[in-house]
Amino acid sequence: MAAVCGLMRRPLEQVTVRDAINQGMDEELERDEKVFLLGEEVAQYDGAYKVSRGLWKKYGDKRIIDTPISEMGFAGIAVGAAMAGLRPICEFMTFNFSMQAIDQVINSAAKTYYMSGGIQPVPVVFRGPNGASAGVAAQHSQCFAAWYGHCPGLKVVSPWNSEDAKGLIKSAIRDNNPVVVLENELMYGVPFELPSEAQSKDFLIPIGKAKIERQGTHITVVAHSRPVGHCLEAATVLSKEGIECEVINMRTIRPMDIETIEASVMKTNHLVTVEGGWPQFGVGAEVCARIMEGPAFNFLDAPAVRVTGADVPMPYAKILEDNSIPQVKDIIFAIKKTLNI
Amino acid sequence: MRKMLAAVSRVLGVAQKPASRVLVASRNFANDATFEIKKCDLHRLEEGPPVTTVLTREDGLKYYRMMQTVRRMELKADQLYKQKIIRGFCHLCDGQLLLPLTQEACCVGLEAGINPTDHLITAYRAHGFTFTRGLSVREILTELTGRRGGCAKGKGGSMHMYAKNFYGGNGIVGAQVPLGAGIALACKYNGKDEVCLTLYGDGAANQGQIFEAYNMAALWKLPCVFICENNRYGMGTSVERAAASTDYYKRGDFIPGLRVDGMDILCVREATRFAAAYCRSGKGPILMELQTYRYHGHSMSDPGVSYRTREEIQEVRSKSDPIMLLKDRMVNSNLASVEELKEIDVEVRKEIEDAAQFATADPEPPLEELGYHIYSSDPPFEVRGANQWIKFKSVS
Repeated sequence: MAAVCGLMRRPLEQVTVRDAINQGMDEELERDEKVFLLGEEVAQYDGAYKVSRGLWKKYGDKRIIDTPISEMGFAGIAVGAAMAGLRPICEFMTFNFSMQAIDQVINSAAKTYYMSGGIQPVPVVFRGPNGASAGVAAQHSQCFAAWYGHCPGLKVVSPWNSEDAKGLIKSAIRDNNPVVVLENELMYGVPFELPSEAQSKDFLIPIGKAKIERQGTHITVVAHSRPVGHCLEAATVLSKEGIECEVINMRTIRPMDIETIEASVMKTNHLVTVEGGWPQFGVGAEVCARIMEGPAFNFLDAPAVRVTGADVPMPYAKILEDNSIPQVKDIIFAIKKTLNI
Repeated sequence: MRKMLAAVSRVLGVAQKPASRVLVASRNFANDATFEIKKCDLHRLEEGPPVTTVLTREDGLKYYRMMQTVRRMELKADQLYKQKIIRGFCHLCDGQLLLPLTQEACCVGLEAGINPTDHLITAYRAHGFTFTRGLSVREILTELTGRRGGCAKGKGGSMHMYAKNFYGGNGIVGAQVPLGAGIALACKYNGKDEVCLTLYGDGAANQGQIFEAYNMAALWKLPCVFICENNRYGMGTSVERAAASTDYYKRGDFIPGLRVDGMDILCVREATRFAAAYCRSGKGPILMELQTYRYHGHSMSDPGVSYRTREEIQEVRSKSDPIMLLKDRMVNSNLASVEELKEIDVEVRKEIEDAAQFATADPEPPLEELGYHIYSSDPPFEVRGANQWIKFKSVS
């Protein structure tokens, strides 16, 4: 009987985050001919980080477009094309370079539907790697979650694993609003099991919904992107000491799913937020402010605590860089402090 | 007698009209007339637009009415702004009551040179284009007064009006140019032979992103007509003080260009037809510089005399008012009579007056709608107000 069951069960695919994004884009390009991709090196180079590998060969020059190094120009072109009814995916080689184009993202994309009184939608996706990498120093390591998360009219998502990456990029492309997809370069090569539903061409992860990655009772730990993995590692370590962490993967920065976090805090009475970005005016700061304003505040047994990147431009030397981003030990320390252990 | 009048009316293409008009119509107007127009300066082009053009009576009357409407609408906006009924920014494209002259020929002339299925995007001096692209004076003035009947429901104001195939109204100088190139990309992508007119001013012409747009438009042969409305002043800075090269029609370098008399509506129309045909043939983008003059200050808060002399303004005014130019041409070629043009003036004035009354009386948008239109196509959600207890509903 067991042998028969074993034969019938489909093995779960191991897919890297890079391939998950690639699959997501490929499926959406196939599904809707208005979708196209533009950015530096996305076509003939297969993508600076190979995320768009094979797409140009499959779809050609019309739908996979290499741009010159002109972020402000091509971001504006993407927004204009979206206004005229196409569904562009605009890649920034890293979000650091999006600063050159940020006026187009905010003033031309995010605000337009509102300013036009609901006449002019802008169905554009801006995607690319965000945040720290390894040894690329200050100008190439900034996290933009807080900057983009600040603006009404934008949606901002931050996938962690392959399932997130695939489901969110597909949802972003199908969304009729400007969506910023903050990927992570260090996660591109990491394989994850893709659950069977994620193998369907209509697999979507809803924007605006967080996921509880690990159930727990003693403390709520909230993170987005790569730090979610660190939180799970911390949780594994702490579990051996009898501390059970509930780890929440935000998945979306804006609109933030504060309800999932509130419900969790009302259960565990403790909160730690974890992010790669700088502490001041960051994602964690927003979570804490909202928890204070809501029903969960009265359930807190200790102040909410934030774990973040260090408040410095990213240094180059390995020892300095390692200590400028939240490590597993920093998360464990913060959790224990909050629990007064 | 009636039969003869009816026959004459049919020949002239004029519909049956009330008595006074029939008297006018019984004069034998010419159906059309040929006019000489200024030759355009050319950059990287062997040939330019024709130097003569035919204007039909019907078109002439249409253009006259449109230009007068734009002028009167802008004058009314001027008035409403001074009465503080319009707030914030009000960048007008007209001249003042006694001394006309400005950019009406541009918006009407450009529209005459393209199809309604073509696309147009401009910067913040957009009221005229909003009208020529199809919105009513009422919707425009009501948006300016910030009322719920405005074309953007009072959410956008002067700089953010949209219509079919008209993408605003854009407040950030120069940002509309890459947008226009993107719309042109969509035109090419869709394969329907449509073009996008992408307008910017002499001040914006020095923005880096415009050169990025030139480069990509030329590389990818986008059907984009870049149009520089050169009114010789970027706010208070004359072109000589802002640009190392004031030959804006050449600034596209590898993009062919033409410099056009922007005060002559027929010149603008012919140049636009030429430019649009160029793009539709798949040759790629083209650049048009329209030479105009901004009689008014930069905006309502600028009297416009601290950086130029009154003599200069007077001189330009007295020599090249686009509406006078068209009127003289039509009357002198027997395309229309002075009386019938006056009738149009009266009708236009009434239309503007009615629209202004509506715009002044219409209520402001309901406070409940403050949070509306954040996202498109989404289910309703809550938007935070000034504090955590104030919540607005957001509906797409």
